[in-house]
Amino acid sequence: MTGTELVVDGVTLTAGAHRLVEDVSLTARSGEVIGLVGPNGSGKSSLLRAVYRVLRPATGQIGVDGTDAWSLPARRLARTVAAVVQESGGEFDLTVLEVVAMGRTPHKRLLDGDTPEDADLIRSALAAVDGTDLAHRPFDRLSGGERQRVLIARALAQQPSLLVLDEPTNHLDIRHQLEVLGTLRRLSATVLVALHDLNLAAYYCDRLYVLCDGKVTASGPPADILTPRLLAEVYDVTSEVTIHPRTGAPQVTFLPQTPHLTTPVEADPSSS
Amino acid sequence: MTASAADTNAERAVRRRQQDDRQPGPATFAVTLTVLAALLVVSATAGLAIGSVQVPPGQVWGIVTHALGADWTTPNWSAARETIVLDVRAPRVLLGAVAGAGLAVVGTALQALIRNPLAEPYLLGVSSGASLGAVVVIVFGVTWFGPTSLSVAAFAGALGALLLVYATARTGGRITSARLILSGVAIAAMLTAVLDLLLLTTDRGNEARAVLAWTLGGLGGVNWDTLWLPSAALLLGIGILMVQARNLNLLLAGEEAATTMGLDVARFRARMFVLLSLVTGILVAATGPIGFVGLMLPHIVRLVVGGDHRRVLPTAALGGAVFLIWADIAARVVAAPMEIPVGVLTALCGGPFFLWLMRRDARRNTDRGGA
Repeated sequence: MTGTELVVDGVTLTAGAHRLVEDVSLTARSGEVIGLVGPNGSGKSSLLRAVYRVLRPATGQIGVDGTDAWSLPARRLARTVAAVVQESGGEFDLTVLEVVAMGRTPHKRLLDGDTPEDADLIRSALAAVDGTDLAHRPFDRLSGGERQRVLIARALAQQPSLLVLDEPTNHLDIRHQLEVLGTLRRLSATVLVALHDLNLAAYYCDRLYVLCDGKVTASGPPADILTPRLLAEVYDVTSEVTIHPRTGAPQVTFLPQTPHLTTPVEADPSSS
Repeated sequence: MTASAADTNAERAVRRRQQDDRQPGPATFAVTLTVLAALLVVSATAGLAIGSVQVPPGQVWGIVTHALGADWTTPNWSAARETIVLDVRAPRVLLGAVAGAGLAVVGTALQALIRNPLAEPYLLGVSSGASLGAVVVIVFGVTWFGPTSLSVAAFAGALGALLLVYATARTGGRITSARLILSGVAIAAMLTAVLDLLLLTTDRGNEARAVLAWTLGGLGGVNWDTLWLPSAALLLGIGILMVQARNLNLLLAGEEAATTMGLDVARFRARMFVLLSLVTGILVAATGPIGFVGLMLPHIVRLVVGGDHRRVLPTAALGGAVFLIWADIAARVVAAPMEIPVGVLTALCGGPFFLWLMRRDARRNTDRGGA
């Protein structure tokens, strides 16, 4: 299985009179991990929703391996594109295994049962997110981080060649953030992922697109585009960017803006 | 306490929780279905045996097998008893089973489609819509569709009410429980008011009284000639819902997630709404509105077999059939010789169940908010 090529071409998304995303173009080549970063409300989620076929572009095209995603039936597209979305599900007692098994649906005809291959795929998807122990737990009773991992496993069970994730590391502790992103990195599928954490994005993504006010402000390899100037412009923060000696990836340090905190504070002996 | 002791405690707590949380497997499902099927046979026998004239179960089976042409005893019963069992009680028991099964599967599917655990045809005003449709046909004597006019009108009324409730309850792509129940109650109240107005102002006094009794929900007055339509509706409904069980499961993940797994949610929901209105309409035309069966059964069944619709639907159908047969037996017996409308009894059990469910959901949400 190789990765799908995604070409977002001049896409504008609207909600009523409001423009969520304006004339955005983005390319993800086969097997690339593409990060989407930007402040809250910059249009990251909207753009992803257009790619996974929930929000129809007002203008522009979403090309998946050369075909317009919106011209395909939902089921056909779901065999190629899987997504981890932010919306949470209902409150009906399904086990983790049953939730992950949902990912097999687009590959099934209406009356097909679950085959041993399905069971294998479901198990290995769950193992990939370190969730084997969760298999028989009710999904409703998992913690936020456990749920997120299960939803990623569900997307993996879909065997996508393009995986779209909206802030998959939300609610995860550091270890699981690294594990999840490491898993995405190892996939042969193309990955488009919205991330909040710039350092994780810089380390795990081949290229980044920076969105601000619904437009692409910068794009390219993390080391090329993550500069104090860009971060000041997009996030309105002061920062320092260095290349980390061990990882070789750009490392962003945010500097507090309140002046008295930037000077070292005398240690207070009574507090330690 | 040392760190390692704390760890083992935590681990033990996790393990205990995992064991508590362990959910039923396929074996539980098979056992549940078998038990319910056996219970259905027992219930049907009881339904045929119990009443103003008590017929011993052995004789019930003698009469039934005799009628099916497979005698296992020599006939030693009176013709009157045979009439009571075969022509009075049998259609009634069958209608109870059909209506109970139908309402339970409609409730199950509605809860998934609207993504709300409190969804149910009666509470959402769908049954009121069906009743109004049926009453309009009776009062104005409409016969455009021959003998099935009543059912056609009930279907149209059910669909209209469902769409109205859905449209008014939905804001920003989401339906909250509060809004759903409120618009259901308001629309049911409006429809019932129109229905009462029609009945009170009609010239057909006697008919109006009969209809008024019918709006309380009951299984009396059914005969073999009118049984085929509800049965066909039930088989059609269960058949299509079972085929769509995977897609119903997808909706449990949320609308966007269901779309990303290949379901055209808007189209699917529209089709299912039509199907569910059809089944509800035909059932209501036959029995009057019977509440809370569609609410209680799916939830009880999910506790036993889990949430997968491939298991919930058949189990809920069998459970609903058993439940309504017994509710009807109770309706005939508790105030004998007077007969209580079965809808009154189901509301009597269903109301408290609804309140419990509401409290449970509120607790769950608080738990999750705190976590």
